[in-house]
Amino acid sequence: MHVVIIGNGISGVTAARNIRKLSDYKITLISSETTYFFSRTALMYIYMGHMRFVDTQPYEPWFWKKNRIDLKKAHVEKIDFSKNQLHFEQGESLQYDKLILALGSTPNKFGWPGQDLKGVGGMYSFQDLEKMEQYSKDLKQAVIVGGGLIGIEMAEMFHSRNIPVTFLVRENSYWDAVLPKEESEMINRHIKANHIDLRLSTELKEIVDDGNGVACAAITNKEERIDCGFVGLTAGVHPNINFLKETQLEIQKGILVNKFLETNIKDVYAIGDCAQITEAQPGRRPIEAVWYTGRMMGETVAYNVCNKKIAYDPGIWFNSAKFFDIEYQVYGTVSAKAPENHLSIYWEHEDGDKSIRIVFNKTNQATIGFNLMGIRFRHEVCEKWIAEKTPIETVLANLSLANFDPEFFTQYEGELVAKYNSKFQKSITLIKKRKWADVFSFLKK
Amino acid sequence: MKGLKVIGLVIFILGLLVFTFSMFSSQHELNPSLIKSYVPSESHQAALIKSLGAQSLKSSSNFEFVSQLQALMSQARDNGEKIEPWQEKNYLTALTKASTQGPLYGRSKLALWLSIILAAFGALLSFLPDLKLLPGIKNNGIYHSSATRGLNLYTRYFLLGAVVLTIILYALGQSMLLILSLLVSLGLIAFFVIRSEKNHNGSKARSASVSPIAWIGMITGAYLICFYILLYFFPYYITNWMKMLDPVSQSLSGYPASEWFVYGFLYCVVMVVMGIRMLIKYRHNKYQLLRTLSVIFFQLCFAFLLPEIMLRLNQPYMDFKNAWPLDYDFFTKDELNKLVGQGSEVALAGFTSNIGTMMLIWGIVFALIIVPLLTYFFGKRWYCSWVCGCGGLAETLGDPYRQLSDKSLRAWKIERYVIHGVAVFAILMTGVVLYQYLTGNDQILFLNAYSVKSWYGFMIGAMFSGIVGTGFYPLMGNRMWCRYGCPLTALMGIVQRFKSRFRITTNGGQCISCGNCSTYCEMGIDVRAYAQKGQNIVRASCVGCGICSAVCPRGVLKLENGTVDIGHRTTDLKAIHISENDISLL
Ligand SMILES: Cc1cc2nc3c(=O)[nH]c(=O)nc-3n(C[C@H](O)[C@H](O)[C@H](O)COP(=O)(O)OP(=O)(O)OC[C@H]3O[C@@H](n4cnc5c(N)ncnc54)[C@H](O)[C@@H]3O)c2cc1C
Ligand code: SF4
Ligand code: SF4
Repeated sequence: MHVVIIGNGISGVTAARNIRKLSDYKITLISSETTYFFSRTALMYIYMGHMRFVDTQPYEPWFWKKNRIDLKKAHVEKIDFSKNQLHFEQGESLQYDKLILALGSTPNKFGWPGQDLKGVGGMYSFQDLEKMEQYSKDLKQAVIVGGGLIGIEMAEMFHSRNIPVTFLVRENSYWDAVLPKEESEMINRHIKANHIDLRLSTELKEIVDDGNGVACAAITNKEERIDCGFVGLTAGVHPNINFLKETQLEIQKGILVNKFLETNIKDVYAIGDCAQITEAQPGRRPIEAVWYTGRMMGETVAYNVCNKKIAYDPGIWFNSAKFFDIEYQVYGTVSAKAPENHLSIYWEHEDGDKSIRIVFNKTNQATIGFNLMGIRFRHEVCEKWIAEKTPIETVLANLSLANFDPEFFTQYEGELVAKYNSKFQKSITLIKKRKWADVFSFLKK
Repeated sequence: MKGLKVIGLVIFILGLLVFTFSMFSSQHELNPSLIKSYVPSESHQAALIKSLGAQSLKSSSNFEFVSQLQALMSQARDNGEKIEPWQEKNYLTALTKASTQGPLYGRSKLALWLSIILAAFGALLSFLPDLKLLPGIKNNGIYHSSATRGLNLYTRYFLLGAVVLTIILYALGQSMLLILSLLVSLGLIAFFVIRSEKNHNGSKARSASVSPIAWIGMITGAYLICFYILLYFFPYYITNWMKMLDPVSQSLSGYPASEWFVYGFLYCVVMVVMGIRMLIKYRHNKYQLLRTLSVIFFQLCFAFLLPEIMLRLNQPYMDFKNAWPLDYDFFTKDELNKLVGQGSEVALAGFTSNIGTMMLIWGIVFALIIVPLLTYFFGKRWYCSWVCGCGGLAETLGDPYRQLSDKSLRAWKIERYVIHGVAVFAILMTGVVLYQYLTGNDQILFLNAYSVKSWYGFMIGAMFSGIVGTGFYPLMGNRMWCRYGCPLTALMGIVQRFKSRFRITTNGGQCISCGNCSTYCEMGIDVRAYAQKGQNIVRASCVGCGICSAVCPRGVLKLENGTVDIGHRTTDLKAIHISENDISLL
């Protein structure tokens, strides 16, 4: 049995590792990006000089040999599904018995004039990073288009090298499709405190050619011209499936897969950013382009490839990010525009750089979600509370169980509880100083 | 703001230059009366005075003076006088110091202000602008800087090999010519190996290898190495520094400054200055603030001031926080004789004893009971990151270099052999010297107590903990000694690994495998390997510095003391959904 995986990102690699644990199949892992798996999420740290490229590689080179995972650095140009055959750019071909597509994403471009000029680029691949590096020399000004997670990372990158940044965000407030108003405003403030020229409600209209095919300025929908040497396009990503368009493979936005991550073609699976789940669980989106879902799909697909049928179950949503110096964690459902039956209790530190929000159901009081800025909460504890539909007041009383900030940090759970008490005229008391053993026994229960 | 940084750095470098230059800037004059007061042995006195003859020895260069003195000694030897090498070293140091009027041609006070104090001031000035940055992890540009980016694997190992080889050959009394030719041929081999690797384009994952080489780091390393070599082997070249600090030492202990006082004083200054840098850098993180204040406190009070004050009060000298076997000569005959029955008498709970004996009891109780017990409760971090002087220097002066530790599996393997080897050596050495103390017998089987002790002192005490341990900060990371050499931490590590309440817990499935934690782990632990699987980290070598937790951009790591010990872990409670059995990495 020869399992071929296209894509050595987190999903492809997790699949390979788990197939090796479950079986003795021959495994080939293909990518045209880099020979060894690296952490895409750490690209920014290479640019900022926190880490070298090698430091972003979670496994040393011997790991692949030792686990008999063959690495192949080549670009797959065509897949012949009827003959179980891959064709590479260089003309070779490769036979597979089972195929896993873990192709990842590619940055969105919305047909802006000048979007293909030199000095214009997204930040997705290692090659994108090299391009950024190349244009950063003597760069006087950068413009970033698109207020998502990658956009703010790019702003931080330029900022780390003292390159002035203008950050164009279409929305009225940063990432307000995901973050509730208060959190979103906190990040607006923080972006500005870092001397980033944040332009809200502003879109890119076109990028100006300097006459040599290189970008020299960006023009906004407000007809403002910003002279710059680099334009970063970070307005989201979409599945990287262009080369599969004219095949038998069923695709819409992404590659359609059922809950076993099987495509419409037998023995072909799709996972990670490029997969679109047809039977997504309630509250989950069909395409979720994040690290964690890629990892979970990689694990799940390994079982299915090894004939142990397991449905993909991502569990309760969680995510995290860092906006300059503010860490962000979310567990469960926290909507930007809360539906009728969601109530939330929110506390913000007087310095305006830390906050806790807990969302609960108005009718049955069940806790639904946690949104944290600058404060760390325990994943397992929050997940258990949400899964068990724990009433908000029980959660509040036990909130110290969730605290995951380093030792000696000030704990603010009490202030949140006080907020709740005054808002709803209650008198919940927080049980303070929970030991590790308390957490342990709570989780074991 | 950038201007202030530059000005600060310039002032620092000026201070450092004055400090370095002050080594040479003195005049010396030797006369028979100095020999009489500084050479204890009467026959040596007579022989030296005879060789000196009628003329007095004069020189306006420290180095020239020392070589004239050495000529004098060998003349005395030629005349049939027996002077041991250690005696020669003592005489040279004492006579050089006694015959000089001090640095900057006698302006010792000015020298102190223009060197150490000026450099400290400049360094502090250069840290100030960092207060303007918003609090948070600021590791920008570390791998772009020639001071902190480290060396590639082969250059590192070549330098390490070369330094170790030179010193061992020197200790064995080999001629400089032989050593030099060996080094040159080694260098050539290394050069060709590196060249053949270059074409290879292989990314030797995580074992270093950034080009180009960190020249500033190499210069810094070389400076530190030279400093330690002078300190340990050639104290007579640094008599001007002793002269410079005589007033400070006099005011503390009432004695003039020795080379060890110079070292202790500089150690404190460096730790305070670089500690302030650390406090500024991590001002958003209380764990780091408290820990840094703690190591500075223990260094200033316990390692530096208290022993000096004990001396002033005519009591035995002791660093109360320095535990055996890090304090490797604690059980030697000389040291025990300095304690047992020494010092003033005190009455305690009906018993009368004296301070020296009580110090001995403290030392034993501390090393054998308190250290393991606290390690059980808090992990070895209570010592390594909160109390220890070596750890303190590593966490302050060494902080800019913590990313240079080697995270490869190969390094971990080497580490386990070397550190446990040193621990066995330390215990063996202690056994031999105790046997000697108890039986009065110098020889046990084929081992001679004196030579075992002096080899340990030379190889481990001087070479490993000093020259390689600190000199290699900018080349191989700041915990070289703690990771590969310290016998105390080896023993605490065993407790921590198998019977302790300390662990680093991982926050469910939040890890994005970015690698910040592994990169900034000064002990070279591949923290990410555990975190990305949702496993807790229980490793013998973890010194609990808490930096992995601080740099993690996703809030994944937390240092915790459980109330249940590490036998109970939460691996089966991971949030990464299908429960995995341990993936074996090895
Ligand atoms: C800068 C950045 C920061 C991010 N930060 C976070 C974060 O903090 N948290 C989070 O949850 N998510 C984050 N993400 C998203 C996350 O990285 C992705 O969801 C995840 O990497 C997707 O993994 P994957 O395995 O599906 O695909 P990828 O990692 O994209 O891997 C796909 C691989 O397949 C290769 N490939 C594709 N087609 C072919 C072909 N035809 N032939 C050969 N090879 C091919 C590609 O070159 C690529 O190497 C971030 C993404 C970026 C770009
Ligand atoms: S634990 Fe944190 S720092 Fe370490 S790899 Fe995971 S996310 Fe990165
Ligand atoms: S694992 Fe973390 S706490 Fe332990 S030594 Fe490494 S960085 Fe410090």
